[in-house]
Amino acid sequence: MGSILILGGTSDIAISIAEEYLSNGYQVVLAARNLERLGIVKSDLQIRYNGVVEIKPFDAEELQSHHDLVGSLDPLPDITLCAFGYLGDQSIAKKNTEECLKIITVNFTGAVSILNLISERYKKNRAGTIIGLSSVAGERGRQSNYIYGSSKAAFTSYLSGLRNELFHFGCHVLTVKPGFVDTKMTKHLELNPWLTAQPNQVAKAVFRGANSKRNTIYVLKMWRFIMFIIRQLPETVFKRLKM
Amino acid sequence: MRQKVFNWGRYPQGDVDLLPLYYLEELDELTSKPCIARGNGRCYGDSSLSSQVISTITFDKALIFDKKQGIFKCQSGMQLSDILDIIVPHGWFLPVTPGTKFITVGGAVASDIHGKNHHTEGSFSKHIIEFEIYSGEGLHYTCSAKEHPDLFHATCGGMGLTGIITSVTFQLKKIESVFITRVQEKARNLDEAFELFEKYSNHTYSMAWIDCLKGGNSFGRSIMMAGEHTTLNELNAKQKPEALKLLQGSKLNIPLDLPSFMLSGLSVKSFNELYYHKILGKVKQDKTYFDQFFYPLDAINNWNRMYGKHGFIQYQFVLPLSTSRAGLVEIMEKIRNQGSGSFLAVLKQFGPQDGMLSFPMEGYTLALDFPFRPGLLKFLNKLDELVLKYHGRLYLTKDARMDAEVFKASYPNLGEFINVLDKYVPKRSFSSFQSERLFG
Repeated sequence: MGSILILGGTSDIAISIAEEYLSNGYQVVLAARNLERLGIVKSDLQIRYNGVVEIKPFDAEELQSHHDLVGSLDPLPDITLCAFGYLGDQSIAKKNTEECLKIITVNFTGAVSILNLISERYKKNRAGTIIGLSSVAGERGRQSNYIYGSSKAAFTSYLSGLRNELFHFGCHVLTVKPGFVDTKMTKHLELNPWLTAQPNQVAKAVFRGANSKRNTIYVLKMWRFIMFIIRQLPETVFKRLKM
Repeated sequence: MRQKVFNWGRYPQGDVDLLPLYYLEELDELTSKPCIARGNGRCYGDSSLSSQVISTITFDKALIFDKKQGIFKCQSGMQLSDILDIIVPHGWFLPVTPGTKFITVGGAVASDIHGKNHHTEGSFSKHIIEFEIYSGEGLHYTCSAKEHPDLFHATCGGMGLTGIITSVTFQLKKIESVFITRVQEKARNLDEAFELFEKYSNHTYSMAWIDCLKGGNSFGRSIMMAGEHTTLNELNAKQKPEALKLLQGSKLNIPLDLPSFMLSGLSVKSFNELYYHKILGKVKQDKTYFDQFFYPLDAINNWNRMYGKHGFIQYQFVLPLSTSRAGLVEIMEKIRNQGSGSFLAVLKQFGPQDGMLSFPMEGYTLALDFPFRPGLLKFLNKLDELVLKYHGRLYLTKDARMDAEVFKASYPNLGEFINVLDKYVPKRSFSSFQSERLFG
């Protein structure tokens, strides 16, 4: 039976992915900052899925603590999902260094720090899969969220390099760009159904994508098309757009 | 962000700030303005509408399931449908369930829901071990029949006015299979219907579909439906190994609002005719999956859209035992003469009930739908007068329009309820459009 480590285990998407893996017989280790909240998620998952769920404290911003977390994982789960992220507020981040650094640290530096440690162990084992939840926002910087976007761009780039390296050690890296996701938070909003995935759709796509060793997936096909167009726009045109 | 929100009857609609609750720590900030909790929006009227609404649908985690003792604890936003999926395969069932499984546990407490077993097993509150409630200003209480009993009894059926229920622990009921052994028997008129309620009073579950449009000798013709959980002994060798296996049913959907001519008097009458003759003999006994027995309408997604975009009002009243017969005759005559009744109405016997604002009382309850049309509100006011005349009352969970006078005259424990509010929520931090209408 396999196992998965989910970093950032209290978000709707992370919980949906945990559910998908549990219902496929995997053991799940959830790691996140707030242990009390994690405990509630754990009891819920155990009651609903009758599976094995473990929880660990993890703070993406506390880079020094990452070493201990990875050391405490014995055995190391065969799959690691990097599901944490911080959207932040672009207008605040532009003026406030703290907010700006938080966006960059959570989305990029923190992810790099923990995945460096984990990938070294996977290399040694010559087995393991890393799944990174990145974002379509990382494909081209837009004025409304380019600090978040550029941190995700850096993360996507890191994942692609890591995939290249780990390939030679029999390990795999999957990059996921979910697009809009209909979390419980957005239940009452009118989201475009063509562009919005359900958390369990994301979870199923991740599970399938990881199993079939896909490199990069967009959960909804529409996003691949949209991002293709957005990448093709000449910069002279793009810079004039308000988006 | 303001948005249009309405509940199951699609009337009334409110401009609402709908704020999702994820974590307990958020409650202080979320309840800084007067507000009301809302679960899955399956009450019919304005009980869970207010200018600020705390949506508990995001607060839906299972916390404890003791498979030996049959004790379940969850956050208040968890829906009965999810609970059933968890407990049924282990041989447990909900102690009380209404006609839909798409309600939250918090809503079940705030409405003190009743089911087809009220006459034998009481309302939901009778099976609660304890619940936790946030009453504003940083105060959380754990309540049970022994601990803060006044707040406990005021909260059960209290329509959310005592605070935000955060978790509920309740006792489940042991079952041996997913089936219900069902008996259906036809009553040719109202007298026969009453006789059948007596005849089936020892059955755990009972209710009757009643035709409100038929007059003369067939006035009050009904189909009595009674049921028991099927035991292992009643199953054949092939069924036994799968006695507790959940079945996935397919669902119909009503994707848009149907035009209102679909509900003309003629089409309702012919529907009732068909329904009544669905059972050919006088008595029919069969085994049915629990979903079909308890939740026939859940099989049709959005059945409320059947009544068109103007929505409908479900009118449910209860009359005490001593006046039930005379009261039902007069009220049903009035509905029949007006000719705007619904497809089917539900008649049900209640057992004794305590609580401050809980709806049931020993007697009979009738529930029927009225599609929203001009003149309806006036007509319902007339029905209210009759309900008062026979010392009955209306179900707050289905109400969208009752006058304060009618409410005050029909809920005798209101004074006691207000004393509890004075003690625990002196600032009245929780209010709905309904409470403003009824208490104002």
